[in-house]
Amino acid sequence: MRDARFGLLADPPASFVLVGGRVIDPSDGSNEERDIAVRDGLIVEAADDAERIDASGWVIAPGFCDLHAHLREPGTSGTESISSGTRAAAHGGFTTVCAMPNTDPPLDSADAVAAVVAASASARVRVIAAATRRRTGAELTAVEELAKAGAIGVSDDGAAVPSAALTADLLGRLAPLGLPLFEHAEDASVAAGGVMRAGPAATRLGLAPWPPEAEVAIVERDIALAEAAHARLHLTHLSTARSLDAVRAAKARGVAVTCDVTPHHLALTDEWVGGSRRFAWEEPDPRSALAYDGRCRVNPPLASRDDALALLAGVADGAVDAIATDHAPHATESKLVPFAQAAPGLIGLETALGVGLLAVEAGRLGLSTLLAALSTRPAEIVGEKRGLRTGERADLIAFDPTARWRVEATTLASASANTPLVGMELPGVVRITVADGRVTYRS
Amino acid sequence: MTTAVRLRTWSQRHLLDVDGLSREELETILALAVDMRNARAGREHRSLLEAETVALAFFEASTRTRISFELAAKALGATTVDLGVDRSSVSKGESLVDTLRTLERTGVTTVVIRHSESGAPHLAARETGLHVINAGDGVHAHPTQALLDALTLREFFGSLDGRRIVIVGDVAHSRVARSNIHSLQALGARARVAGPAPWVAEFADWPGVEVATSLEDGLRDADAVMALRVQLERGAESFGDFVAAWRLDEDRMALAVQGAPILHPGPTNEGVELTADLANGPRSLIGRQVENGVPIRMAVLALVCGAV
Repeated sequence: MRDARFGLLADPPASFVLVGGRVIDPSDGSNEERDIAVRDGLIVEAADDAERIDASGWVIAPGFCDLHAHLREPGTSGTESISSGTRAAAHGGFTTVCAMPNTDPPLDSADAVAAVVAASASARVRVIAAATRRRTGAELTAVEELAKAGAIGVSDDGAAVPSAALTADLLGRLAPLGLPLFEHAEDASVAAGGVMRAGPAATRLGLAPWPPEAEVAIVERDIALAEAAHARLHLTHLSTARSLDAVRAAKARGVAVTCDVTPHHLALTDEWVGGSRRFAWEEPDPRSALAYDGRCRVNPPLASRDDALALLAGVADGAVDAIATDHAPHATESKLVPFAQAAPGLIGLETALGVGLLAVEAGRLGLSTLLAALSTRPAEIVGEKRGLRTGERADLIAFDPTARWRVEATTLASASANTPLVGMELPGVVRITVADGRVTYRS
Repeated sequence: MTTAVRLRTWSQRHLLDVDGLSREELETILALAVDMRNARAGREHRSLLEAETVALAFFEASTRTRISFELAAKALGATTVDLGVDRSSVSKGESLVDTLRTLERTGVTTVVIRHSESGAPHLAARETGLHVINAGDGVHAHPTQALLDALTLREFFGSLDGRRIVIVGDVAHSRVARSNIHSLQALGARARVAGPAPWVAEFADWPGVEVATSLEDGLRDADAVMALRVQLERGAESFGDFVAAWRLDEDRMALAVQGAPILHPGPTNEGVELTADLANGPRSLIGRQVENGVPIRMAVLALVCGAV
């Protein structure tokens, strides 16, 4: 479907001048009002003949990099594609999307990896390839070949690599490649079918509890194994304070461990399952009419309020390396079922900035810290450069931080709309997204 | 048709849970149930629900709840239909929401739903225009059971204010326990749960609830004791040691306040939660519980349908 707001990486490089915006560049810590001139996709001193765009009141930042998204391609679910998913990315300010391999069939071969990378449309697609063949957890993939085909790491996302022995083998093979294991830290035997974070709300609602130890057990196992193998480990979608404590301690010892947290584990809480629609920094307000909304089912489940606030503090102090979306599109009917039967996951590419800005408005995060966690810091993990200095490729976004927009199926570029934020207003309207010198989105 | 009850406090078009009901609303239901019981005893005909079609959608087995809802609806003049889950399109894989939307299009106005998944009635209420009455969802809630328990206990004690009511057994897997905690607390009683630690420990964070893991601690100062069905079908592991340590009998009831009554929501596992002598003896309110089932459900149907 043609939508004039969106461009492609295959388009010709752009030329324009953003006039009078606030430029926040975490790559050098600068934060100042200045013009950004782009000529033929490069940031230049001046581009006098190019279109001048009034950016007063806007914030200009490096393009966002999402370390965790599900683009559902290959696959026949119709819930997303590389085309629609990268439009959602561009609409949300992302210029890079790291695609998880739990597609149908899984991305476990060099050809499959190369095909997805080549399909990059309105954002760069990087691939995190499967860690085990067919993602069955039995036999490792040919990680050296996957790396050559462009994989930036491996994961069996949706599940942890099941055994410690296999994980140790895998880390030993990844270490010389310099690539991380992106681990979905969850011990399935401890999670035992839990569908909601264990705690008072789960008890009240009568939903099978998911104990936080399910995550902590794998986090601690993997840190020990990565430390021994001198390998890189990236722990994705952390949802507990204890996991983050383990990461802090490992970092202090010099282990090559990084981690991300999703916007929904930072801002939403387990009380949302009970019908509350208050953010982690507000008092919960459970309402029966909204209870058991399948759109609040996600794995790992929404965190307790204490854990959400501890994770937010981790973003603020830098212990959390990145905010990643775990964008997980699902069909409406997969969510219109009793809570425990709902497909886990919610979309996040288009709402990450807005949810982050809510935390900024609430005084929980600094704006430049938020932008670093969405752009320069995740980009560094996948070996991409970001910066807004003269001479660099233009890879940036401009957004109006005070304008608000309403999350609706009709305002989302994703092919799915499974988020409990539908109907809510979020701050931060993206005005322009530029990936690799091309305009991929302009409102 | 008039009733003896003033209904200025009622505004809900569903009964999904008891946790949102105020003391005043609970009192309204109980008072209306007494009124319904009297009318029924006097063979007084009430046609409050003649315009309603009530569907019984029991996705999980039930005897007393299903039958008492059907009798309650018929006693108020409603047309009733039984979804008959095992011979309906549900058995062909139709989703819950689609099934209920189909019922709505055929003219059903109210659905009484029992489902093995917690929250299924909330989904029904959000996705259809039906009045929804929760007849038991997963391990979450069983509002009409809690209401008939409250009526039974209140008629025994007069008032529940300050009374300590102890719920014994497999609390973790019990929707009856969860609903009773809400309604008993709202009516002024103190709620305690007692049982083997894995079945009660998670209730320690429930506001106002005492947790006991021994029979002695559980029954001490108990004004009434409510035994629960051990839910083998919901993952309780075995009766094993439970019977030895926890089965209630006349001797063990001596640990409670003298004369404390015993209740059980049924169906009992014969000789597991309590002895037959206790169930059939002078302390037992189990028969009164069953008798109160139809009047409570008449009251709930009438209120939810806006007929009183």
